Amino acid sequence: METAVDKNSSEPVLSIENLKTHFFSRKGVAKAVDGVSFDLTPGEVTGIVGESGCGKSVTALSVMGLVPNPPGRVVDGRILFHGKNLLDLDIKALRKIRGAGIAMIFQEPMSSLNPVYTIGNQISEMFRLHKGYDKKKALAAAVEMLERVQIPSPHKRVNEYPHQLSGGMRQRAMIAMAMSCDPEILIADEPTTALDVTVQAQILDLMHRLKDDFSTAIQLITHDLGVIAEMADQVVVMYAGQVVEQARTRELFQHTLHPYTRGLLASIPVLGHRTRGMDEDLVEIKGMIPSLHDLPAGCRFSNRCPQVMDKCRTRLPDLTDMGSGHQVRCWLHTKGKSA
Amino acid sequence: MTTPLAAVTDLKVHFPIKKGILARTVGYVYAVDGISFEIMPGETVGIVGESGCGKTTAGMAMVQLTPITSGTVQWKGRDIAAMNRSGLRALRREMQLIFQDPYSSLNPRMTVRQILSDPMDVHDMFTGRQRKERIDFLLDTVGLSPGQADLYPHEFSGGQRQRIGIARALALDPTLIIGDEPVSALDVSIQAQIINLLKRLKRNFNLSLIIISHDLAVVEYICDRIIVMYLGKIVEAADYASLYKDPKHPYTKTLMSAIPVPDPARRTRRIILKGDVPSPIDPPGGCRFHTRCPDRMDICDKQEPAMQRFNDGHTAACHLYNNTYADHSHATPNHMSTPTKGDNP
Repeated sequence: METAVDKNSSEPVLSIENLKTHFFSRKGVAKAVDGVSFDLTPGEVTGIVGESGCGKSVTALSVMGLVPNPPGRVVDGRILFHGKNLLDLDIKALRKIRGAGIAMIFQEPMSSLNPVYTIGNQISEMFRLHKGYDKKKALAAAVEMLERVQIPSPHKRVNEYPHQLSGGMRQRAMIAMAMSCDPEILIADEPTTALDVTVQAQILDLMHRLKDDFSTAIQLITHDLGVIAEMADQVVVMYAGQVVEQARTRELFQHTLHPYTRGLLASIPVLGHRTRGMDEDLVEIKGMIPSLHDLPAGCRFSNRCPQVMDKCRTRLPDLTDMGSGHQVRCWLHTKGKSA
Repeated sequence: MTTPLAAVTDLKVHFPIKKGILARTVGYVYAVDGISFEIMPGETVGIVGESGCGKTTAGMAMVQLTPITSGTVQWKGRDIAAMNRSGLRALRREMQLIFQDPYSSLNPRMTVRQILSDPMDVHDMFTGRQRKERIDFLLDTVGLSPGQADLYPHEFSGGQRQRIGIARALALDPTLIIGDEPVSALDVSIQAQIINLLKRLKRNFNLSLIIISHDLAVVEYICDRIIVMYLGKIVEAADYASLYKDPKHPYTKTLMSAIPVPDPARRTRRIILKGDVPSPIDPPGGCRFHTRCPDRMDICDKQEPAMQRFNDGHTAACHLYNNTYADHSHATPNHMSTPTKGDNP
């Protein structure tokens, strides 16, 4: 739901400024995240969309301080959480923020839950660590969280192990754990990709409700523009480590500017399009995603772009504001502006 | 009337669950539990459903990669269970497979040339000078260059690997290709390339295709006819347009409404189902969907609904369409385009 005007005016809870996370290996430097900036606003869903290798997950890991080092390292930029730069904090201070201030859920709930502890044990740990509850009180709080994420018979489930739950139920348990300390920010990395569509619908519905209840800022990372359209208030489109377009959701879908975003939108099979006689063939984006070790000079999309011009191949365009917060990194649109 | 290329009749595939040191059978997974369908020459059929619905097992049973518990699979009028070895060999030449994961379905120690030659060696086809021509032709057909024939799979991207998998499936001039989630592991922009390639192959080679997928939108794009499965049963089957315009079964409607539409102006009111798909080890009695069905009636947990025929070969198994239990008006609400309140700009 977009209530753009009043929400926009509220202060961002997290600001990522010119973040650069690079990976160093014998093959050279992979600039997985290369100058990314965006804000998260309370009660809003910010969708980060892009294909494999675009840097959407590494951006999230950088915020959490979870980039594997070596080989990865944040080489530049700031991540401001309530004005504090998370990159300056030591591990102890960061641990306090993780979970309580910023929580994260992952694509595969089975691999992020500990198989040898019960669900209740893992959720109540959050209350014991961050809120100092005793064991009994923490377990009661865990049951309450399971109830909030609509797990049936929570008193029974709380004593079960992750393998006893279905995929959808595990993701609910993960969300319960993430939301248990009422975090200001929830980072969800492809939370529904491993789930069936009917279960995906349940989880998206749940996230929507929790966001409204807790007025959490959600950073939703996905490759699925359908999920973005349904969930996000603002969208950040990434390609090969950079933001190529950013706008409010409606604006992005209605006035798509970047050829990559346009290509992505045209390449998704939409249910009913063929029946209604639209586009007999899908529009393809030619070629493939470039390797981070071998990026094209100039605009990173230039070797696949249907509207490529000479200068695209040599000079990288800046992310340019086109008005009302719609930003795009493309020479087609920067040319009119006095850049 | 032409004979169907393949006819599946009351197919059941049950997997025994063994336990204990004596490996006693303690139960069965009712993966596929009595399904029937036909594929006509040149037709593309999609099988959709969620995990555990039996769509992959159904496909594997057709190529005899999994034993059939009961029922028959006929290929051009002949029962494949009664075929001898040479008959099966010929059958496997005509039926080829494409798999979901282009990383694990290609042998990393073989070059593309070897991968494509393997099936031709087994079937003694395209020998001698024809071999190189054939491989060049196959690579060209799937959008790779003949110069890439001596590279290894790891030198290709995911999308290119899937093209190699498709070239291998085409190597022996098959009549039918079964694709098990052929595009689900690919990035969106690459997925479109492979979907278009499959459509082009179907047109140019007059192939029959079975596309097994969880993605109704992908299937609608490629297939002439769509079969919807739930917990080992077919709940609905229709041509793509009829299924999209007029879905009959509540499960099909739910599945369609659950797919997120990439258009924020059309945020739809979803039908949110309660609970998960029940286990195929202990499927619910009566209609298998009754535990989650939004339109459930008293009869639904008692009696299994029979397949009902509608116009144009549209079939669905649901008590809503049986006049004894319900009137038709109850079953028509279309959940697809109702905007949520407060969504106006």
